[in-house]
Amino acid sequence: MGKHVLLIEDEPNIIEAIRFILSRDGWSVDTHSDGANAVERVQSMRPDLIILDVMLPNKSGYDILRDLRDDPMTAKLPVLMLTARGQTKDRELAERLGVNEFITKPFSNSDILASVRALAGAG
Amino acid sequence: MVTFNLLILVSLAYVIFLFAVAFFAERRAQQGRTGWMRAPLIYTLSLSVYCTAWTFYGAVGYATRSGLEFVTIYLGPTLVMIGWWWILRKLVRIGRTHRITSIADLISSRFGKSTALGVCVTAFAVIGTTPYIALQLQSVTLSFDAFNGTARADEQALQSTAFWIAAGLAIFTVIFGTRNLDANERHHGVVMAIAVEAVVKLAALVAVGVFVVWGLGGGPLATMATIDASPMADLELQTSRWIGITFTAAAAFLCLPRMFQVMVVENADERHLGTASWAFPLYMMLMSLFVIPIAVIGLDLMPAGSNPDLFVLTLPLSQGREDLAMLAFLGGFSAATSMVIVAAIALSTMVSNHIVMPIWLSTQKDGATVSGDVRHVLLRSRRLSIIAILFLGYVYYRLSGGGTALAAIGLISFAGVAQFLPSMLGGIFWRGATRVGALAGLSTGFVIWMYTMMLPSIGVAGVFPDAWMQGGPADLHWLRPQALFGIEGLDPVVHAVFWSLTLNTAAFIIGSMLSFPSPLERLQGAQFVNVFDHSTGPRGWSHTGAAAEDLMMMAQRILGPSEAQQLFQAEAKRQGKGDDLPDPSPEFIDRLERELAGSVGGATAHAMISQIVGGATVSVQDLMAVADEAAQIMEYSNQLEAKSVELENTAGKLRDANEMLTALSVQKDAFLSQISHELRTPMTSIRSFSEILRDGDDLTRPERSKYSDIIHAEAIRLTRLLDNLLDLSVLENGQIDLELQRGTLRQVLDRALASSEAATEGLKITLDVTGTDDVIETDLDRLTQVFINLITNAAKYCTAEDPHLRIRIHEDGQIRHIDFIDNGMGIPQASQSLIFEKFSRLSDQAAAGSAGLGLAICREIMSKLGGEVRYLDGTNGTAFRVSLPTGVNVAAAAAE
Repeated sequence: MGKHVLLIEDEPNIIEAIRFILSRDGWSVDTHSDGANAVERVQSMRPDLIILDVMLPNKSGYDILRDLRDDPMTAKLPVLMLTARGQTKDRELAERLGVNEFITKPFSNSDILASVRALAGAG
Repeated sequence: MVTFNLLILVSLAYVIFLFAVAFFAERRAQQGRTGWMRAPLIYTLSLSVYCTAWTFYGAVGYATRSGLEFVTIYLGPTLVMIGWWWILRKLVRIGRTHRITSIADLISSRFGKSTALGVCVTAFAVIGTTPYIALQLQSVTLSFDAFNGTARADEQALQSTAFWIAAGLAIFTVIFGTRNLDANERHHGVVMAIAVEAVVKLAALVAVGVFVVWGLGGGPLATMATIDASPMADLELQTSRWIGITFTAAAAFLCLPRMFQVMVVENADERHLGTASWAFPLYMMLMSLFVIPIAVIGLDLMPAGSNPDLFVLTLPLSQGREDLAMLAFLGGFSAATSMVIVAAIALSTMVSNHIVMPIWLSTQKDGATVSGDVRHVLLRSRRLSIIAILFLGYVYYRLSGGGTALAAIGLISFAGVAQFLPSMLGGIFWRGATRVGALAGLSTGFVIWMYTMMLPSIGVAGVFPDAWMQGGPADLHWLRPQALFGIEGLDPVVHAVFWSLTLNTAAFIIGSMLSFPSPLERLQGAQFVNVFDHSTGPRGWSHTGAAAEDLMMMAQRILGPSEAQQLFQAEAKRQGKGDDLPDPSPEFIDRLERELAGSVGGATAHAMISQIVGGATVSVQDLMAVADEAAQIMEYSNQLEAKSVELENTAGKLRDANEMLTALSVQKDAFLSQISHELRTPMTSIRSFSEILRDGDDLTRPERSKYSDIIHAEAIRLTRLLDNLLDLSVLENGQIDLELQRGTLRQVLDRALASSEAATEGLKITLDVTGTDDVIETDLDRLTQVFINLITNAAKYCTAEDPHLRIRIHEDGQIRHIDFIDNGMGIPQASQSLIFEKFSRLSDQAAAGSAGLGLAICREIMSKLGGEVRYLDGTNGTAFRVSLPTGVNVAAAAAE
């Protein structure tokens, strides 16, 4: 165990909640709260999975995802997307960009946990 | 014995016969089957309208008084027909080319379409012709009287006969003279009826003549001997009278309105003049052949004192030849009626075109362009004119009492219309002739004619006192009406004709030379004088110098390539020329012109074809018609343009509306998306932590407490957000009621500072205020809300190490400003207008726990309060200015 999850999210309370849920399940969680430099952070840290918020300061989650998929090194990296904008077209856009899982806020803790387990296990 | 009633019956039957002839001819013409009706013979016979009752009955009387002199009346026209046929040809050509409707129209058109000249000529023509119409009525009435020599009808019956004749002629003329308003004003029915009457006239006179010579005179030789033995053979020929009267008759032949009508207006083909130039003199010769025999034998056989003016009628009657007398009566009737009908048509055209229409048009402000309107008025005015003219003739007949010898009235009338001659001939042969000259000549000639001829004739006793005639007015000898300028010894007729025409011509020439023609006059002058260079021959497009290629090119330009191609190919096939271009035959060019007219209008089409076919030139009327058409097309295209601009505008408006709706829809989507985000974010924390609390029995106590606090804080954030949203929605919809209260700015500031105390921990606030104790009346709670928002914003966003907020109040004229200035880093210019929009948070302030509605709410509140809030640039930090008009200041009232 001890797989790495990188959580890219800017809301402190949500970071706190997800970190608590995953840590308790044995994941090591790192966080990044700005859109800028997020891609570099992923590249240097090489996590097993990232949880990516859409509405981030400076660079949106979609742009980050696109950049990750364009880079061969991170093209296959499992990405779980979180968004507070629950419209269908947001989900469609994310799927087109190659997201692995798409979860709308507010979420249930067990869903997050199950998705993370499934994605990290497959990856 | 022929009774009065039988006579009336015969006349009536004859009139009905004429009606039938006219009706038949009119119908044929309407069906387009003019055929033989346009034969040169008909034209020639119609010219016989010149031979009126005056020549029919009067010539014999004339001969008994003056011998052969009556021949001058026929000699004049004969000379014109034979020697001056080129004048006639030119008149006819001008008449056709310029669509001249009367002699008044000719003269007025030539001199720049002068209304004054039109009126002048019309008036003179009416004055000159009325006695002549009266003369016809008189002669018909007299002939009735002659028939009833024994069974004498009373005076009353005769007068009513004249009246009914006038009325009947009016009806006939109205019916056949104003049926249509064709451009060329032809009256096929009338012309045909007149031709028939011409035959009746001639037949009657010849029949009487033959009867007189062979039946009464004992053959030609015996008759000649009788003539030689009669006193008429001794009558001296007065050379001056011969020349004078011949000339007058020639002039009248050209100028009489009725002659102009049949000769020029009703002319269907210029070449008919050729036939008429020998046939009409022949006709007149036949008409005059038996005049002398009838006169001589009449004098011989008739009792002394009988009226020689009626010998044609009374001679057969006295011999018991009532059938012949009846024929003679019909001949005279024909002569009289044909003259009256044509004269009435000609005069009514002139009166309505040159007097009624100009007056009517000038009373129409703008409605006169409706052609149907004009047509209606024109027809009605013609009909009324005809009736009026005939009534005038009847009145003149009643007043004059019918005393004067027929010939005298005829000559006076001739001399009167002869006054048109200088202007007419000058107009068509001299380009220098002007309107002023024509007016001067006409009026001079007319005045002298009145003075020397007309007025003396209607009664030496009536108008002029004897002393005048003998000694001149006011003893001015040289002004004696029949011896102007002291020239005595001349025959009165010759005297009048000589002076009136000489002075007329002189005035015309001098007036023309002293005046300068207008451009239109010069143009018309050139067109009239050089009519043969400018117009086509009688047969449309007879000389076709056109190349088929040129016609094709023009047709393509106007009709479009494919349609032109079709037209030309069809014609080529018809001509049997296969794929070649067709020959430009006259028929084809005619057809082409019609096709083109359908596209560009008749006048334009004619002008264009003329350009290519050559020879023909465009008349002023054509040009004007072209201009009219162009104006109509332009008007139409202007309307189209206006419409398309309108459509464009509408489309633009729709586009704008659509863009606005789209923008609104995008805004709404963005707004919903934003709200969704702002609501879901706190809810996420709440849900997540509440699940953690629910499921986690193993949580430590500090953890529990911490997570409960988060849930609580997020719930509050959520509530605040909802409050703000509702607040903003209410403000934006304008549904709030302001609660106006009185208070001081100090109170408002204090309340705001107290409310935001918890949020402003660590922020140093200084007040730099004056006049805070002034009483204001506004919604104090809302103003407080704005202040709280600005103060807490400073606390939240001021990133300075030692945050400091300065609140400054100052007045600037009518406005009081409350500035909130902190020592933060300020807001970049680009974002300054953005921060008042909903959900606009600057990116680096995302974590501040605000949805970005505060400033939007502030803006709405301030605008409701009649003030504003805006970012204040140019301080060393972040600054907002709240402005309120001092109008809300009610300090004075509050102080008392």
